[in-house]
Amino acid sequence: MIENLIEIILFQAGYNVSLVLFGATILGFVAGMAGVFIFLQKRALVCDALAHATLPGIAIAFLVMTFLGGTGRSLIGLLFGAALTAALGLYCIDLINRYTRLSEDVAIGAILSVFFGAGVVLLTYIQTLSFGGVAGLESFLFGAVAGMLLEDAYILVIGSGFCLMILLLLQRPLTLISFDRVYAHSLRLNIRFYDLSLMMLIMGITVIGLKIAGLILIVALLIIPTVAARFWSDNIGFILWASAIIGGLSGFMGAALSALLPDMPTGPIIVLICFIFFLLSFLFAPFRGVLAQFMKQRQFQEKVHRRQGLLALGHNEKIYDGLTLKILSREGYLRKDGMATPLGQSAAGKALLEEKRWQIFRQMSVHNSNVKGFDELEDIANFLTSDELNQIDIIIDKQNRVI
Amino acid sequence: MILGADFIQFSLIPILIACFASIACALPGNFLVLRRQAMVGDAISHVVLPGIVFAFLLTGTVSTWPMIGGAAFAALFAVFVIELIHKLGRIESGAAMGVVFTTMFAVGVILLEQSDTSAVNLDVEHALYGNLESLIWLPSLAENSYLSYAALAEIPAELWRMIGICVIFLVLLVLFWRPLKISTFDEGFAASIGLRVATIRYSLVVCAALAAVMAFNAVGSIIVIAMFVCPAAAARLMTNRLLSQIYISVVIAVASAMLGFILASHVPLWFGYVNTFSSAGMIAVVSGLLLALACLFGRYKMRS
Repeated sequence: MIENLIEIILFQAGYNVSLVLFGATILGFVAGMAGVFIFLQKRALVCDALAHATLPGIAIAFLVMTFLGGTGRSLIGLLFGAALTAALGLYCIDLINRYTRLSEDVAIGAILSVFFGAGVVLLTYIQTLSFGGVAGLESFLFGAVAGMLLEDAYILVIGSGFCLMILLLLQRPLTLISFDRVYAHSLRLNIRFYDLSLMMLIMGITVIGLKIAGLILIVALLIIPTVAARFWSDNIGFILWASAIIGGLSGFMGAALSALLPDMPTGPIIVLICFIFFLLSFLFAPFRGVLAQFMKQRQFQEKVHRRQGLLALGHNEKIYDGLTLKILSREGYLRKDGMATPLGQSAAGKALLEEKRWQIFRQMSVHNSNVKGFDELEDIANFLTSDELNQIDIIIDKQNRVI
Repeated sequence: MILGADFIQFSLIPILIACFASIACALPGNFLVLRRQAMVGDAISHVVLPGIVFAFLLTGTVSTWPMIGGAAFAALFAVFVIELIHKLGRIESGAAMGVVFTTMFAVGVILLEQSDTSAVNLDVEHALYGNLESLIWLPSLAENSYLSYAALAEIPAELWRMIGICVIFLVLLVLFWRPLKISTFDEGFAASIGLRVATIRYSLVVCAALAAVMAFNAVGSIIVIAMFVCPAAAARLMTNRLLSQIYISVVIAVASAMLGFILASHVPLWFGYVNTFSSAGMIAVVSGLLLALACLFGRYKMRS
């Protein structure tokens, strides 16, 4: 098993398999990148509707090709039909959005289910004809690397490569439009053209990915890599390339595993690998991952407890909270009987002074909205110039003398 | 259409089940459409499959209550995880939904392929577009009457389940009419007068999940989305009043179910064709056509 896997990965398991592997990688790469723009425009689920709307097109194309005397198996023909009905579905969504008061999610749900239903009706019709081509059509639901012919693999590689080229060309204007439509409009960019191009690109990716991942799950390749990449950075350039790489890796590993296990449909395997990337990112990414947020929260909590504990020491109040006691004694401010050590006393004095300083600073800057962001756990000396600090200290002095 | 023995045995029950399934989905669908939560219906429909597969793996049978329990659990689990990703990861909810339901569906398909389901009637196509035509009623007509207890006892249980769900929804609708209405149209105001908007929101999703799970057996998961969205959306374009919208959506749902089933199962026979089409798919198509008619000719279709 393992030797087979290694063979496959090193592109040595035969021309066919290697080509499919290569194509799946490119497809994942371009889907990951295109998905970022969809994600930025918050239109992730339109891709789901597009994918489901391809089913009737596949069935119609099959029927047309068979009645014209062919075998109905030509992938190009099927994909062309798929693209046609997907485009029609997209057009209907646009019409509903523009001319009725229904919201976009309603339009998406309606097109998704109705077109898919139509596809299912046509599939059952084809089933009753004596051509026996339905099993091949049903492989479009979940994807099947195992049954791919050489020409299918060529379509995969060439199609994905072509989409990738176009995406790279359009990358800059698309980024601009996704972020700031109004500004792009003011630069006299032809927004309709780029919107249309993005949608055609998505359609191309969806249609090409039908054979590999199937129509129900191809949308995962467009969404999950982007979401995973989102956790690692706020920089759009980074996200674009990270998402593309995650998509490419998922396509690669998914197709490789699927070639190893020919009974498994390919789509679910690719989706699972995408999800593993997502899970790792969700949990362990620095800054935005769950673990990182948890640790930041812990650090903040410790700062608050330390400050409040020191203030309590300074006011000679008894401390009851367990976490506060733990933090204070860990840093040597507290003795075992609850009394302050000399270190603790001086730290408490400092904390009282800081509290006073912040209080006066807030009073002084009542009209300054910049001060809202400060949490008063930091040393105020880090934020003020020395004469501002002096000013505050003079006021404190006066207050002390009055007392 | 000849209302003979053939009709009663092969078509009556499926039509009734389809009608009640459509109503059960259209009722919560009204509120999903108004709250712009239609994609929750999509997500729920996709995760019902892994729930059922999971229940099958746990219990080893495809008997109904474990399946329903598994599907309901999967739906609630999915909603929970989507909220988690949305809140903790600060990811937009559409993308969060996309991540969760595709992954769960993939897991479901893999589990299905891995396990030995050849002995039971659990395959993915069935899960997707249901098997309405198989819910036939072949009672032993010893007493020569359909209304005898023995005959009625052999009606497929799916019918009673769907009727039960519809009754439950009607009761809930009557009981909670005002809170539902207020919180759907003005959630801020509802919260300010003390209504528990979060509870209402989650209960609505739970009801949608219940409807999806129950209807799943008859019409499959993808078609359930059509029933959530299309009747309610069409009704929305035809009236401005919530009560009218609910009535109209029920009428459209029933019409889609009946027309769809007849078009799929009877019309081909009229043309001398031997086989029938998928009823579930046809029901979805008919509801879409009715929605299209509403979009073209509805009284309130225009954006105000």
